[in-house]
Amino acid sequence: MEFFRGVNVDWLRLKWYFLAFSMIFSVAGLISMGMHMRSIGSPVPLGVDFKGGTQVQVRFDKTPDTDRIRNAMKAAGIGDASIQTIKSVDETSGNEVLISLPEQQDESSLDAGRQQIVASLQAHYDNPFTVRNVQVVGPTVGKQLEKQALLATLYSMLGMLVYLWFRFQLIYGVAAVVACFHDTLITVGAFALLNKEISLTVIAAILTLVGYSMNDTIVVFDRIRENLRLSRREALPDVVNRSINQTLSRTVLTSGLTFLTVLSLFIFGGQVLNGFSFALVVGILIGTYSSIAIAAPMLVAWQEWRSRQGKAAVLPAAKRPRV
Amino acid sequence: MKKNLTNKILLIIAVIVVCILGIVGISWIPLPGVTPKPLMQAVTDRIHYGLDLKGGAHLILQVKVEEAVNAETDNTVALIKQELKTANLSYSQAYKPDPAKATLIRVEGVPLEKSNDARLLLESKYSNTYDVVGGDAPGSFTLTMKPLIVTALEKKTVAQAIEAIRDRVDALGISEPQIQEYGLGDNQILVDLPGVENESQIESIIQGTNRLEIHAVVGGPYKDAQDAAASQGGSIPADQELLNSTGVIEGNASEAGVYVLQRASVVAGNDFRSADPSTNQNTGQKMVEFTLTNEAGDKFYDYTSKNVGRYMAVVMNDRIRSVAVIKSAIRDRGEIEGTFTTEEVAALSKLLRTGALPASLVQLEKRFVGASLGADSIRKGITAAIVGILVVMAFMLVYYRGSGINADLALILNLIVLLGFMGASGATLTLPGIAGVILTIGMGVDSNVLIFERIREEVRAGKSPSAAVDQGFAHAWVTIVDTHVTTIVSAAILFIFGSGPVKGFATTLTVGLAANLFTAVFVSRVIFDAHLNKLKPGKLVSI
Repeated sequence: MEFFRGVNVDWLRLKWYFLAFSMIFSVAGLISMGMHMRSIGSPVPLGVDFKGGTQVQVRFDKTPDTDRIRNAMKAAGIGDASIQTIKSVDETSGNEVLISLPEQQDESSLDAGRQQIVASLQAHYDNPFTVRNVQVVGPTVGKQLEKQALLATLYSMLGMLVYLWFRFQLIYGVAAVVACFHDTLITVGAFALLNKEISLTVIAAILTLVGYSMNDTIVVFDRIRENLRLSRREALPDVVNRSINQTLSRTVLTSGLTFLTVLSLFIFGGQVLNGFSFALVVGILIGTYSSIAIAAPMLVAWQEWRSRQGKAAVLPAAKRPRV
Repeated sequence: MKKNLTNKILLIIAVIVVCILGIVGISWIPLPGVTPKPLMQAVTDRIHYGLDLKGGAHLILQVKVEEAVNAETDNTVALIKQELKTANLSYSQAYKPDPAKATLIRVEGVPLEKSNDARLLLESKYSNTYDVVGGDAPGSFTLTMKPLIVTALEKKTVAQAIEAIRDRVDALGISEPQIQEYGLGDNQILVDLPGVENESQIESIIQGTNRLEIHAVVGGPYKDAQDAAASQGGSIPADQELLNSTGVIEGNASEAGVYVLQRASVVAGNDFRSADPSTNQNTGQKMVEFTLTNEAGDKFYDYTSKNVGRYMAVVMNDRIRSVAVIKSAIRDRGEIEGTFTTEEVAALSKLLRTGALPASLVQLEKRFVGASLGADSIRKGITAAIVGILVVMAFMLVYYRGSGINADLALILNLIVLLGFMGASGATLTLPGIAGVILTIGMGVDSNVLIFERIREEVRAGKSPSAAVDQGFAHAWVTIVDTHVTTIVSAAILFIFGSGPVKGFATTLTVGLAANLFTAVFVSRVIFDAHLNKLKPGKLVSI
């Protein structure tokens, strides 16, 4: 069986469409982030990991009524609790409810929120329950984690830039990192647009996506480098097009297969991994798209800009792989 | 060539055997006289589940190290006073001028002609730990604890706190706890308690952050803080403090009152060696019998022998729990009587026995996963993994036919190596870790796709089967190395920056991809070569 035999698409001719597509999604994400910034003070809804606060997940024996839970909270003097029923993807609620309190400024009273929630449920709501999960995060830890997450993402991109610089050339690295940044932006934008919370595991997913998107880009770049060595007289746009077409089959297959595994995770992995697998589902689609639509055209655009500046083309002199 | 191939096959078989042993463990091997464990139990015993799968509690605690520094300088102030007195050097006051600066001590009002003697004394005794500077005014000195000493003290405090927590956790019988310093020098402690079912169990570890101290009483009880201040001539000297009491004075319950105490404690948390609950035979009051360490015993003897007839206060968590008159000199045994309930006495004794905390702890973060949620997560994670694997394997079979078998074998071997590593190394498997396994399948199969697509291209270009396989592997290898390195770079950064669950993800992804280099490239190649050897001339590889 073969899907993509002898494909011959002029990808570079489509670059303005690609640009428009990317711009629409990036800008939509950015606008949504701006709106979040105004309403909640951060560009995306943050999970309790980063925001700090208290989150208690309880499972009731009988189907819970959120209004009655809210009343129970009010009766105990907890006015600012948010109550959310947990639904799995197949829309069955396991009688589980997530009760969250906003961040406590005072770290010494950090645990009080949880105790209050549990006590008020016991006192004012006659539906037996078990506590399934508790997360209490103080402002200090939240800040530290936020910083760590940002640093990790930056370092990871930087590490790859350096690796590509060493293995290829700087411009390849820059193009790949721009593509990765584009993927990250759109994925985070998707969280903002859909009002989904970003937690620690989502950051892990985004870092994975950085690595994955880089993978895809490198496969195309490797082929460009190889083809440049084989046919030195061919124009760069033709080489890039040919390389994308030659690797297209692999790109679509791998992405498709990884996408399927991640989709299985999204469907069967349960609520804990929901954000994580969502980020990967979006990220794999975007990451695959960006290596064809962003990274490769950037190489050509850079080359064209260089030749307009009257400088010699650098790309054809690509180094031999050292492995 | 043939022999070479045999060697490679032997190597692969050896790896499989080692990895399967890694998964099931040595205990599963049926040895004479030993009943082997059932297979499933042998496997599950070897995999270390993380907190999110096993259930349990995760805490980040801040050690209030400044309290330890404060206590240390308080002690130094007391020592300085004593030494100046012994050396017959008069001074107007020795105190800590700024409550916000725990490291700062000032000595003031030494007569000018004695100023040099005082300097020599202070320098000879304290220049190891303090920077001694002649003050702005004549006859006054400023001692600042050296930053290195402060750091060392903070380190020691955190280490002691970790020890104390470990003792308590052990006393609760929690297996495989993880208690370690967290972060980079912020004096935080990470406590992971797997399998803790009951949330109140956690509380007993942390809420027992009581500090028990004995202080000398300067005066009291007073009705309120104002009265107390008035008794000391309007304001409380810096080396003294006001504390509330719900106290019992010599066995008689009294109204709540305010006492003035010496700030420096006579006996503090770490000075207690043991403690046991008991009851006063005469009054029926609950009390705690304690023994002190040798060093603290000497100090306590020194203090009590000089202060017979005066009062001392037992302070717990900055509240006076008991005030007692010193009847005679005490060395290392004593009892504390006070407003204790039976539970408090038991808790206090346990606390003292297991080592009190050198400073109080504040919870910065707490996560608690119920075992039922963990079990759900395992079930869901494994379902997702199996579905993912089956889909990928089925696709490879359909799309690449004969070579699909090759890819599927490599995939299964990849999982065996990964699980073998997890079992043998004792690395922790978390829910994101299972996600890492699933992702490894997707990304690992990429190597096979790269190679197969390349072989197809070479076949199309008219190469012979063996040349096509050869070229396919050679070209794809470069790409595979690049893609694996970049992914492993991002996973390594996750491992460094991430905590708990996320670390588990980085682990499985990194190991999975490293194993993939072996399975998808080396093993696949061997399978191809073995197949090519048997292939009749003129026939094509099934790809």
